[in-house]
Formats: sequence, structure tokens, C-alpha cells
Amino acid sequence: MYNNGSELLALCNDQNMSIWEAAVLDEMEQAEAMRGQVLDRMTTALRVMIRSADDPGEAKTMGGLIGGEYRKVKAYKEKGRTLSGETANRAMMRALACSQNNAAMGRICAAPTAGSCGILPAALLTGAEELGLGEEGMLQGAFTAAAVGKIIVQNATVAGAEGGCQAECGSAAAMAAAALTEMAGGTPEQALHAAAIALKNIMGLVCDPIAGLVESPCSKRNASGVLNALSSADLALAGVESIIPFDEVVEAMYAVGLAMHPDFKETARGGIATTPTGQKLAKTIRG
Amino acid sequence: MKKVNSLFDVIGPVMIGPSSSHTAGAAKLAKIAGAFAGGEIASVEFHLHGSFRETYRGHGTDRALLAGILGLDPHDTGLRTSFDLAEEKGLKYEFIPVDLGMVHPNTVCFVLVSKGGKTADVTGSSVGGGEVVITEVNGFEVKFSGNYNTLITRHRDVEGVVAEVAAILADNGVNIATLNLSRTHKGREASMIIETDACVSEQALEQIRNLPAMLSLLNIEPVKAGDIDV
Repeated sequence: MYNNGSELLALCNDQNMSIWEAAVLDEMEQAEAMRGQVLDRMTTALRVMIRSADDPGEAKTMGGLIGGEYRKVKAYKEKGRTLSGETANRAMMRALACSQNNAAMGRICAAPTAGSCGILPAALLTGAEELGLGEEGMLQGAFTAAAVGKIIVQNATVAGAEGGCQAECGSAAAMAAAALTEMAGGTPEQALHAAAIALKNIMGLVCDPIAGLVESPCSKRNASGVLNALSSADLALAGVESIIPFDEVVEAMYAVGLAMHPDFKETARGGIATTPTGQKLAKTIRG
Repeated sequence: MKKVNSLFDVIGPVMIGPSSSHTAGAAKLAKIAGAFAGGEIASVEFHLHGSFRETYRGHGTDRALLAGILGLDPHDTGLRTSFDLAEEKGLKYEFIPVDLGMVHPNTVCFVLVSKGGKTADVTGSSVGGGEVVITEVNGFEVKFSGNYNTLITRHRDVEGVVAEVAAILADNGVNIATLNLSRTHKGREASMIIETDACVSEQALEQIRNLPAMLSLLNIEPVKAGDIDV
């Protein structure tokens, strides 16, 4: 049905539908499934995502590098004096919760990966609250995100081992930005502008996990990823356009990923993983 | 261009963290491998290669592998506490770091012993996004993903067996997605791996088992994120 952003836009404009509708039809065709089955399956994924953003409490992560961030941010924002505002802090708090739940062997939904699993749930939940939407609105957003993610997988990569963190958290933020834009009533064009802006914002970001674990810096990059999605969606909804079209940004991200040295692609041989502190922590964890 | 067959490969899998390849894929591999024991499992050795050998503790790969052997799905919240479950069930296990040579970095070789004393060796790799490939079973080279219902035969290498099995499946309304046939020596022992679109009924399995040339038959149901309670 569509293999890239321009085909998706042509389809949406031709049929006068949104990206999320095109995604539902695409999945029905690919999976030879009924509409209800496709909606049910995404509902399950959405509910897993929502639950994964709950307070992880004291849940201990495998490496013990992260934990408790949700409660810290929650307590901080409830004091009513923040710099980026209540909404931004609420979104970050949720992304941090997902990351801790994931690292503590809780149940999550990869979106598009486990390492970046906090960005989309945090965006959908916080976006729906700000826009006064319920589960149906979030479900539509999840389909919008899936369509954008599919295009990135087909034309580039979402794997940190192949493209660095830009491919994981960058893709997740792009997916979430498009979802938020459509949830807010933006056009398919605006949604892809939002996705392009989000992806450009962290182009080149390396994947450098301490001790090779999905904990640090992953967790905080999920927090900054959802802010990236929110701000990119706001820009697109305000009418700001990405000068470079979405498809070209995806291609550029892939080229950067391929050119990236293997030390910066999930091998824990570069970036913060090889700082003196990073190495010390890795040594302690590995015993 | 890579082809995405389903949006749920992008939003998904629903899984237990922290890593789709090191946790979800490991659980799936082990669940499939466990089926080859042909009964309740008494003990298992996990021979861990490459990245699995280096990082299996931090990614919970050990817990996921054990959970899979115990029959848990990759999205089962019991993964985290599989050590306790293994103790409860009296399952003996050992994690052994090895070098298996030029294979995928996330490869594990399972050595299984059933309570009936049968042994089985199964090797497979976790290839990303929670997807796996089984590459060797009891010395036979194989290749299947566990995404389909999979039948594995051991039969005498005589004419007509493939046709007989295909006919039974067709009579039972089951379409064959892929079929792979191999043998040790001409006229001795052969093996088929048949991936089917639908699950195969007990009646059809019994008919296949009763074929004169059939030595053994294994049916492995697909490991899918199906009924998730949310």
C-alpha cells in the first residue's frame, strides 16, 4: 500500500484519510485480517504500553544502574515549580517508568524496540490527557506511529546495533511525534513534518550503553525522546515545516548509521560506556 | 528494501524486558527447544555462545532461557522468577560458556534430558526483534522460526512418505507453508520439517504417526503473543 512517506501521503490525500486509517487498512490487507482483529491486537499492545508506564516502585533492574526516577520526577513536579512545565515532567516521568520496568524484567511493548519502549507510551498517555482524548484517540495514535515506524524499518533501521541510538530513540520519537500530531487534528503532511523534525533532532546519536545493558543512558534518552516528540509535534501543528522531506531524513539517518563506527553501535566500546566511571560500573556489574 | 509484513513487528512484540534479542528471543528459543525433549524435562545444559555468553546475566538471558524450558511464553511475567519455578519443579540446569565457532553471536545449544531418560541436542540463534532460528536438532541441520506450526518427522528413507504426509495434511484442511527434507544416507533415515499455516489436529498427527515408515513425529505449536491478559 505504501513503502515510504510520499506514497503514504499520496494515499492519504487520494482517499481523504488520515495516516492511522491507512495503517489499519494496510494491516488488514497484509495480515488478511478483519478490521476488528487488527484493532483488538493494537488495543492489547496499547494496554501493555499504558501499564508499562505505571510506577515501577522499587522494582530492581538487572544491572542496578537505574531506578526510582519516576517517583523523583513525580514528587518534583507536584511541588508545582518546574522549568519545562507540568506536562513535560509528566511525560518524562512515564518514559522513565517504562525504562525501569523494562530493565527490571517487567512486561513492555517494543515500540519500536525494548530500549526505546518508553517514548511512545509516554507520548500517547500525556498527549491524550492534554487533548482530552480517551483510549480510542491513543489507539489511533498508535496506528499512526506504527505506519511511520514501518517506513523507517523498510528504508533504514530501528536497531541500535545497526544504526546507533538515533535509529532506536530517534525512530521512537519520530513515530510518537507523528502520532501526537494526528491526535491533535493535524494533517498527514504535518504528521510527517513532525516525524522528520524529531528524527533530525537526534541524528547521529550513538548507542553506548554502560556494561552493554539497556539502562544507562537509555532511560534518560527515553525521557528526552518524549520531549523531542512533544516539541516536534507542537512545531508541526504550529505550521513549521521540515525543510528536508521525511523520506530524505530517513535515508540520511540510515547513511549516518551505516557510517557510524561499530564502537558506537550497542557494543559498549565507546561513548559514555568507556568513560572511567562507565568502565568502573561495568566492572562492578560483571563481577 | 526490507519488507515489513505486519505493523505488529514495529509496535511489538509484547515481551518481558530488557532486550528483545537477549530476553524475549532467548525465551522463545528455549520454549521451542524444550519441545524436543519429548516429555517433562529433568535437566538442561545451556551452552552459551558469543554475546549470550558475555551478557547473559545482565539481560536476564539466563532467567528467560530457563522460563522457556519451563514452557513460559516470552510475554509471561513469570520470566523474572523462573529460578524459583525451576527449583519448585526440580529442574536441574547449568549455564556453560562456550565458543561454537562461526555462528550467530546470540546462539545457544541446549542439551536436554527428559524424566524418561531421553536426550536431545538443539541449537538455535536469537536473530533480533524477538525472532529466532533453530539451526540444528540431534545432529540434523535444520532451519525454522517457530512462527508457524512446525512438524518434524524422522522416517525411513523410502518412496512415498512425503506424498503420504502431504495427503494427510491436505485431507485435514492444513496448508503447507514450507517443507524441507533431508536424510543421513540414502535408504536409511530421513527428516522433514514442515511449517503449516494452521495448527494440526491430534487426529491428523495420529494418522501421520501411524504411517509404516514413520519413526517419530514432533509437533511444535507456534510461539506467539496471543492471549495476553491486560
